[in-house]
Amino acid sequence: MHFTLNGRTVTFEGSGARRLLDVLREDLGATGTKEGCGEGECGACSVLVDGEVVDSCLVAVGQVEGRDVVSVEGLALQDGTLSRLQQAFIEYGAAQCGICTPGMLLAAHVLLEGTRRPTDAQVREALAGNLCRCTGYTKIIEAVMSCGT
Amino acid sequence: MRDVTYLRPTSLKDAVQLYRTTPGCRPLAGGTDLMVMLHAGVLRPEPRAVLDLWSLSELKGVRVVDSTVEIGAAESYTTIIRSPDVQRHLAALAAAARTIGAAQIQNRGTLGGNLANASPAGDTLPVLLAYDAIVVTDRRAIPIDQFFTGYRKTALEPDELITAVRFPFGRQVAFRKVGTRAAQAISKVVMAVCKSPARIAIGSVAEVPLRARRAEAALERGDIAGAVSAVAEDIRPIDDVRSTAVYRRVVTQNVLRELLRA
Repeated sequence: MHFTLNGRTVTFEGSGARRLLDVLREDLGATGTKEGCGEGECGACSVLVDGEVVDSCLVAVGQVEGRDVVSVEGLALQDGTLSRLQQAFIEYGAAQCGICTPGMLLAAHVLLEGTRRPTDAQVREALAGNLCRCTGYTKIIEAVMSCGT
Repeated sequence: MRDVTYLRPTSLKDAVQLYRTTPGCRPLAGGTDLMVMLHAGVLRPEPRAVLDLWSLSELKGVRVVDSTVEIGAAESYTTIIRSPDVQRHLAALAAAARTIGAAQIQNRGTLGGNLANASPAGDTLPVLLAYDAIVVTDRRAIPIDQFFTGYRKTALEPDELITAVRFPFGRQVAFRKVGTRAAQAISKVVMAVCKSPARIAIGSVAEVPLRARRAEAALERGDIAGAVSAVAEDIRPIDDVRSTAVYRRVVTQNVLRELLRA
């Protein structure tokens, strides 16, 4: 089966019942996606499927056949230049241990795609499915809000 | 997790056929419950195959049919929340869907999954009971108050697939969920109430999402205090990791009082 990962077509052989998370990390080497709880509670494994944020621990890889998957590796430009949102996370000190960061970035990316100037409440709602064990929420929210245009 | 075969039917007819003929097969929609249990290896009997219903067009969509709103069993909560028909006719369902997980879960969770999983804490289930929803399957229509038969047990036949849920127009239902935090919480008490006809449906307070029949009888007589008193007899709460029986009983009465006075 095939799907698109960060703009490139990738091929996968094996049971379609495997978790997308495991296929990304173990088969495709896309280890930017992290496993936190493995139960859909923490959002660390968030990726985009056809532009919607989902927990990749809850998606069977067969379900993304023919679909467009974006992981954190897909946010930067081809030449490695970080996106404005990623740059803002650095500038605002929005990453501590870093495990939640890829998921936070993807959930915030979706918000900013649909809402040019999100309010504090909108940012909090958009990130409600992403837990930061270091509790660095204030700086994360500030970083996302700084990207409003 | 042992090797599980992944089946992707291309039509509902194909899905029904595969489900009937594949031993040890479990239907899969958005995966928010099943993928966790599959990975943890806690499902008994252990599934040998999953039947992926997520992309079947017959199980998608929100449509108005003969003074009812019909929602496909594999439609996501996100689509349900955004549907103008749901906002207009089923405000309590939209309210319940908004309390489920957060964006990641709302993008994948489905009514069919909530029903088939039949958790006593399923957040949409009291809402379905308060609306007298009809569970539509590949072969029949099951009234929701006959659907839950025991702890995580349903009236579905072993080879029966949920295809849609049907809701009547014109019913005012109030919804309230009590959890530990605003998002990503599993309910300690979850309730949906309709004053007329009297429907008081509650989750996380018994082995099934239940209708509080004694309280409903009191409400039908216009006796709000009697309903609040009687509801404590209708529920069968337990102590567990999320809460205690005592807390659930008190909160159930308080939430019912609040919803009936509103």
